Amino acid sequence: MLALKDVHAHYAKSHVLHGVSIDVGPGEVVGLLGRNGVGKSTTLKTVMGLVRATSGAITFDGRSLVGRATHSLPALGIAYVPEDRRIFRLLTVLENLRTGLDRRGVSAERRDSLLEKVYRHFPVLRERRDQAGGTLSGGEQQMLAIARAMMLEPRIILLDEPTEGLMPRMVGQIREIIELLHGEGVAILLVEQNVPLTLAVSERVYIMEKGAVRHHAPASELRANDAVIHQYLGV
Amino acid sequence: MGIPLDQILVQTVNGLVSGMILALVASGLTLIFGIMDVVNFAHGDLLMLGAYTGSGVFLTTGNFWAALVVAVIVIGVLGAAIQVTALRPLLGRDPLTTILATFGMSLVIQNYALWQWGPSARNITEPIGGQFTLFYLEYPFYRILIALLSGAIIGGLWLFMKYGTYGIWIRATTQDRVMASAMGIPVPTVHAVVFAIGAGMAAASGVLFAPLVGVTQTIGIDFTLRAFVVVVVGGMGNLGGSILASIFVSLLESYASLFVSPAQAVIVSFVVLVITLLFRPTGLFVPTPK
Repeated sequence: MLALKDVHAHYAKSHVLHGVSIDVGPGEVVGLLGRNGVGKSTTLKTVMGLVRATSGAITFDGRSLVGRATHSLPALGIAYVPEDRRIFRLLTVLENLRTGLDRRGVSAERRDSLLEKVYRHFPVLRERRDQAGGTLSGGEQQMLAIARAMMLEPRIILLDEPTEGLMPRMVGQIREIIELLHGEGVAILLVEQNVPLTLAVSERVYIMEKGAVRHHAPASELRANDAVIHQYLGV
Repeated sequence: MGIPLDQILVQTVNGLVSGMILALVASGLTLIFGIMDVVNFAHGDLLMLGAYTGSGVFLTTGNFWAALVVAVIVIGVLGAAIQVTALRPLLGRDPLTTILATFGMSLVIQNYALWQWGPSARNITEPIGGQFTLFYLEYPFYRILIALLSGAIIGGLWLFMKYGTYGIWIRATTQDRVMASAMGIPVPTVHAVVFAIGAGMAAASGVLFAPLVGVTQTIGIDFTLRAFVVVVVGGMGNLGGSILASIFVSLLESYASLFVSPAQAVIVSFVVLVITLLFRPTGLFVPTPK
């Protein structure tokens, strides 16, 4: 469904992606592991058109995404949860959700049921719906960021380090929500540093180093044999 | 020194009325700055074009309200066109480039107006005449009407920004342009709409002023200058701050004119500006950033 083929990208003059190739099938959860600064987040940003791919192909359902305006991607079914969450801090929780919900072609009933769904899974967002997004705790902001992406009813979510800086209980909740989305058939491209979580929720895992994919294996294989993990991630 | 109470009350009414008018001019300016980081030096010229457009409509229809509505729409569309053609290509560049672009636009509009309409003034008659007695003064109803209409337009803008989908899009875009586009918000269109709203508000101010001063190339020039002052004093891009600053500065000027001539009282706003820039450069009505 989402396919990157030999994607190169530059930040100013530094060459940050050196031919990344990644595939995500419909409804598949795919992990993208690697140390800090190997280009995992840049890979997601390149898909979103926030960093320009200088060469290579990025396609979604066979349609090229290269050069497409970022704001046209959600309509195709692509949602993005960035690593720093990027909650609209001065908007209330509900207004944050409305940025994804107030789309053309969403009926009032559909809106209500979508809201009801995220409130059911994240009760804290219901409690705080009239509170400014910036006043939420880190974990709550992460939930809001994911909930906001869910408002778009995406077919794939690009999820960038959702557990970064969260306490273990919150990590468990993030895992539950990934599994829930997976159960609903939403594909996820999960960028993480948390190896156990990634191996637990993903079907396949790519490992990046220095702007390129160095290893690609089913998660079950990596769970059984962690030599590769040691080699690339040192954990 | 004793100032009679009635004089103080008259100056309070004066200050509030001109404060609301100033707020209308300033809110269009601050909206555009807050959302696009564009200091629109053509704001006063859009106001003037709005007044001329209004006077044209008034001349043919004789209807003040038609003049107001048509001017707002025409100048709003023109504003969107300016944004798309002249400012959109400059997005993300140094703020100086947009300042130069709007300044250039200002020169073009001014000279176009001079060429098109010539130097003599045109008139729009106020929709309501009459005056009422305010202590020792015959106070025109129309001035009160302008203040109320300005308040209504600003209130409408506030409701639109607070509850409307487009308002949420605009505020989201202001806070994080990149994330807004990742949520599917059509950021380029939002920018054009914001510029259209700002331009439309300038045009509304122009038509509302026209009965007071007549339509000339310099209509609203002093209000525009003071609008820049209050936008800075209120905190660049802070709508509520600009409105408060408009009323605050206008009241100060009114009270100052009890002691000095009104022409000298104008100095007050610049004194406030200088003091603000010295001690609270982010604006009087925003919390000091930590």
